[in-house]
Amino acid sequence: MRVKVLLSVLLALAVAAGPLAAVAPAQDKSIFIPLLVYRTGPYAPSGIPIANGASDYFNLVNERDGGVNGVKIAYEECETQYDTKQGVECYERLKSRSPVLVNPYSTGITYQLIPKAPGDKVVIHSMGYGMTASADGRWFPWVFNFPMTYWSQASAFVKYVGQQEGGVEKLKGKKIAHIYHNSPYGREANPTLEELARKYGFELTLLAVDHPGQEQGATWLQVRRINPNWIFISGWGVMNQVAVKEAASKGFPMDHVIGNWWTGTEADVVPAADGAKGYKSMTFHAPGANFKVHQDILKHVYDKGKGAARREAVGEVLYNRMAINTMLNVEAIRTAMTKYGNKPLTGEQVRWGFENLNLTEKRLEELGMKGMMRPLRVTCENHEGNGLALVQQWDGKKWTIVSDWIEPIREVVRPKLEAAAVEEAKKLSYTMRDCAKEK
Amino acid sequence: MDVLYGLVTPFRDIAGSPAFFVEVLIGGVAAGLMYSLVALGFVLIFKASGVFNFAQGVMVLFAALTLVGLMERGVPVVLALGLTVLVMILLAFAIERVVLRPLVNQEHIILFMATIGLTFFLEGFGEMLWGSNVKRLDVGIPDESFMVAGVLVNRLELTAALTAAILVAVLAVFFHGTRIGRALRAVADDHEAALSIGIPLKTIWVIVWSVAGGVAIVAGIMWGAKSGVQFSLSLIALKSLPVLILGGFTSVPGAIAGGLIIGVGEKIGEVYWGPLVGGAIENWFAYGLALVFLLFRPQGLFGEKIIERV
Repeated sequence: MRVKVLLSVLLALAVAAGPLAAVAPAQDKSIFIPLLVYRTGPYAPSGIPIANGASDYFNLVNERDGGVNGVKIAYEECETQYDTKQGVECYERLKSRSPVLVNPYSTGITYQLIPKAPGDKVVIHSMGYGMTASADGRWFPWVFNFPMTYWSQASAFVKYVGQQEGGVEKLKGKKIAHIYHNSPYGREANPTLEELARKYGFELTLLAVDHPGQEQGATWLQVRRINPNWIFISGWGVMNQVAVKEAASKGFPMDHVIGNWWTGTEADVVPAADGAKGYKSMTFHAPGANFKVHQDILKHVYDKGKGAARREAVGEVLYNRMAINTMLNVEAIRTAMTKYGNKPLTGEQVRWGFENLNLTEKRLEELGMKGMMRPLRVTCENHEGNGLALVQQWDGKKWTIVSDWIEPIREVVRPKLEAAAVEEAKKLSYTMRDCAKEK
Repeated sequence: MDVLYGLVTPFRDIAGSPAFFVEVLIGGVAAGLMYSLVALGFVLIFKASGVFNFAQGVMVLFAALTLVGLMERGVPVVLALGLTVLVMILLAFAIERVVLRPLVNQEHIILFMATIGLTFFLEGFGEMLWGSNVKRLDVGIPDESFMVAGVLVNRLELTAALTAAILVAVLAVFFHGTRIGRALRAVADDHEAALSIGIPLKTIWVIVWSVAGGVAIVAGIMWGAKSGVQFSLSLIALKSLPVLILGGFTSVPGAIAGGLIIGVGEKIGEVYWGPLVGGAIENWFAYGLALVFLLFRPQGLFGEKIIERV
């Protein structure tokens, strides 16, 4: 009986001390960043490399450099299962540790956090996802979606298809089908594609696939009937694998099937095996582990037994994407330190760093990422930056880049984006700020 | 007027391209039989114990994970299949001993809630055991298509259809032509009466959960070969619910008929009338149809009409 009581007391003490132990790092001289991850659940195959990329890069900065200019990064993972409600709960729970920024890694969670950001003074970085309209920094000072948005991606896709056909003027009369996840994320590219269809005269068919996308028979029957020249897929999770497999089994030419950058990972081509050869996807960075940053990660993190992934998983598409995402977070903090000093910063100070980020070719080389992504410049007005797209192709074993850097059709995207920003900002009762006064 | 035109135009399309309509029908039949494979597992357990097994979807996943996990470790296909059957039988024993036996004579809702707990356990246990990455399941079924009189037919879907047909035949013989099958039906009708004439309830439960585990293996192989083995495989259980409502919770042929109606209905609906409402009706169409059936025939097409004295 006494043993039971003693154990109960010890257990109660452990439970009570748990949160205190977790809070401790934020109270010392570190910058805290919450990581909303999904290592379990139906979307885990995508969530795991993303979480590993973030963890490894933060560890690299802490282990190799002793932090950002001497200030260590403290992070804590919180499991969201890619569920919006759980993601918001995670954010609220970790808010007590005074985070300066958050990467929601879900469009649904991003939409929920956007209204909270100005009050909480936490920067939201939704890299290549989230609300496209938030790229207008005049209306959304706390949200950044560099290096590219869905709309820029859609325009880069059309431009690439135009190049393959011998010029965008040759798109007239061609058929393009967009197979998309029936969610705000999946629908995001539709207005841009519709506008470009009107501009270039191609016939666009929009085919929605409901969550989770395990059964797409009817969609692919429609594809058979339409017989499009090109297919663009905006999927996630199992929808991607089934779509690639359906395209292959129906005998569609795989080099004319192009996924968006969330529909082109190693996991997406596993079930189709050899049938996936030739499948393409959009991206904004290079795949593979052939960059100096990977050698550094293996040396400073994995050789010390602190790696989050299997060694051979370092360099996977989503791993690289999150490593780049984390690098951009770190460089924004470093930028902020040029103004506010090498010390733990506030959310407002880090926001300034994001808005004044200027990642040059030289800096990318210093970081061991030359060629892995393009130099990037963010401004007060433009939170999307000046990112360019690439097309990668699956050769049966690995993804390889098969295009030059593609400039989005900005003259179409930017005006639409600014108009959408006004609409979205109205819903949140935001007022437009004057960037000229802040320079 | 436009709506009327939109409603009528698909009939013109069907008449204009009958070969494509046949292709849609074949796609619907194939998808329907795949749903039936999952629904069969629900029917077996409900038939024998009156319990709606919420864990059937995750049993499909667990079976497929075990099979592909063993194959990834170099175990030959046939041996891996045998070992998976063994694992599912052991699982049935464990469920009877740990979950069901302590709950004998409890309300059905309690047993239903226990199966919800089982779902979470199997999902987490499977993930811990085999990892959560997407796995390719190659059991030698070719996923290629070929043309027959202008109609595209997929080999994998054809194999799945044949497998489902064989499975139904085997289950029909099992239920109606064997002593165990008759005992299962007796338990389903009345637990206490079955016990009073010497039918061992525990053994029957182990057998029925083992058979449901076997059906889960077949469903897991077919769905796993189609989409890869991954955790969203357990979500296909959601697709089998309208199938059960349509076919009846206690009928094996009903699960097949329900699957066919849902499969063919959703394909025709999505392909021809889906564009009228912006598409993506495939998922909710099945539930809509099931709701209509509930209004007029709550016990489903082949289900037993339960009349209780109150």
